[in-house]
Amino acid sequence: MNRKVVKEDIDSRIFDAVNMVLLIIFMVIILVPLWNVIISSLSSGKALAEGGFIFWSKEFSLENYRAVFNDSSIGQSFLVSISKTFVGVFTHVFFCAMIGYGLSKRYIRGRKLYVAMGVITMFFSGGMIPTYLLIKSLGLLNSFWVYIIPALFSYYDVVILMNFFRNVPDSLEESAKIDGAGDWHIFLKIFIPLSMPAMATIALFNGVGQWNDFMTTKLYITNQALYPLQMKLYEIIVQSQTQSMQNIGGSAVIETTTKGVQLATIVITTLPIVAMYPVLQRYFISGMMMGAVKE
Amino acid sequence: MNKTAVVPATSMPPNAKKPMGQRIKEFVIDYKRQWEIQSMILPGIIFMIIFCYIPIYGLTIAFKNYTVIDTLSTAPWVGLDNFKIILSDEYFWDAVVNTLGISFLKLGIGFVIPIILAIMIYELNMGRFKKFVQTISYLPHFLSWIVLGGMLITWFSTSGLFNELLLNLGLISKPSNILLDSGKYWWIATLSDIWKEAGWGTILYLAIMSKIDPTYYEAAKIDGASRLRQIWNITLPNMKSIISLNLILTVSGLLGSNLDQTLVLMNSQNRARAEVINSYVYRMGMTQGDFSYATAVGLGVSIVSVILLVTANKITSKLNDNQSVL
Repeated sequence: MNRKVVKEDIDSRIFDAVNMVLLIIFMVIILVPLWNVIISSLSSGKALAEGGFIFWSKEFSLENYRAVFNDSSIGQSFLVSISKTFVGVFTHVFFCAMIGYGLSKRYIRGRKLYVAMGVITMFFSGGMIPTYLLIKSLGLLNSFWVYIIPALFSYYDVVILMNFFRNVPDSLEESAKIDGAGDWHIFLKIFIPLSMPAMATIALFNGVGQWNDFMTTKLYITNQALYPLQMKLYEIIVQSQTQSMQNIGGSAVIETTTKGVQLATIVITTLPIVAMYPVLQRYFISGMMMGAVKE
Repeated sequence: MNKTAVVPATSMPPNAKKPMGQRIKEFVIDYKRQWEIQSMILPGIIFMIIFCYIPIYGLTIAFKNYTVIDTLSTAPWVGLDNFKIILSDEYFWDAVVNTLGISFLKLGIGFVIPIILAIMIYELNMGRFKKFVQTISYLPHFLSWIVLGGMLITWFSTSGLFNELLLNLGLISKPSNILLDSGKYWWIATLSDIWKEAGWGTILYLAIMSKIDPTYYEAAKIDGASRLRQIWNITLPNMKSIISLNLILTVSGLLGSNLDQTLVLMNSQNRARAEVINSYVYRMGMTQGDFSYATAVGLGVSIVSVILLVTANKITSKLNDNQSVL
């Protein structure tokens, strides 16, 4: 009996050790490449051309970042990214909250139809081309508003907010109505402040989506002044790829400079999300859970 | 707005048998009385009609010959002509093969890894280290495909990380750019996707596992069950329904392989193995202007996806004692 327990204990410890080692390998696989990008972006063009470093730069230099910030269009793109993210998030959350609040009242007329219409949008869509034709006929091509208006609504987010509003006690609403408050007043002054956690979560998800979104630009925008960082980075990547394929054995200087610029742009594009990440992590997880509960 | 608006419509007598005219009248009266709250929903309804239902109606151009001079209604009907062309279009079938190849690799490997990873994290006993592992593992999810694509291109470049590592380990003698090697593209697409999403995929599983009653494990320990045995007999059965749900959603999305990923990683050298259905639709429609044909391809794919969804739901519900998880 005693021997058996000891044996299990050893087995269990071996299990823990193996588990630990595997997870450390897993983290190395995630962290080393990321670290390498940061370190490479801080290296001089010469060091980048030679290669040969993984963990620490051979020649520390800020020249890549200088090159990026000398290009005024990057600053412009940064501005586009930030404004589309902020405007997009605020309008999206408000729009979805407004509809979610309306639909959270079970007594409203036509509710069944509205919900059915919403559910259908979760499973069917017209796809790329019909949507493009619609955006074109609405005159939204090459307009900043193409980032905002089509992204206003998501039935998924409406459902999450609707469920959240339902959990607010009815008595709050009733007493406000007795005091003569209308629905809009109750929504803006009572429900919105009470639902801040849910709205913050949706705002974060939507914000990451807006910041990372690239297809909207690729499909609907040709005006360079409206390029967000993602599109700018995409252009730099495509450019450097065609260049490196044309210049096999050719001008190494141009290649390493574009590589450096590419790396610095990658870091700049990712920085806002990574910087917010530790603070926002728990919201992301609770948001993931909110979405799952619905399913 | 008067106070009678508070009275819910559901408290009225059921009006199912009333004549149509009267029902419409009552609807209008109620709607007017609820005007303030209805005014919150109305913008959403208008939005859905414009941005969701008009494009669905726009799918009809798959059965038309749409050119730049036409509008949706003036384009002539051509029946199934566009779909007939699809059948003999070898580029389309290349894209189908690539989509299926990459998707099944992603499904086969990418579906299992988050489950294993979640179990491994769950089995960790140290709170702090556990949190650290989780934080790190979610991180790649927040990189956009453009950023990750850019990273992959520098990692795989001849002077990049990947070649450095292989050279240092003595696995290769000369650096080469594997992104230009079309034979390896499926693996690059699959493994980079897993690198990005595996950690994120553990969240749901971890949440489900945290709800398993710990007394199960204690009882198993007393019976002398090893840790692996406990995982097999307690942890996994408890995750069965969430795994099925995830499987259904993954299978139904099989044909919608990542467009962003393809657009950023595809180049002239690997195109033959990199083109997926979505990027083909993009190329035919957006760069070559063949709107009707591209829409037909897209529509065909959505129909197959719905069939996949229904089938996967049927199969998993059989596995789950005839209970549909959807």
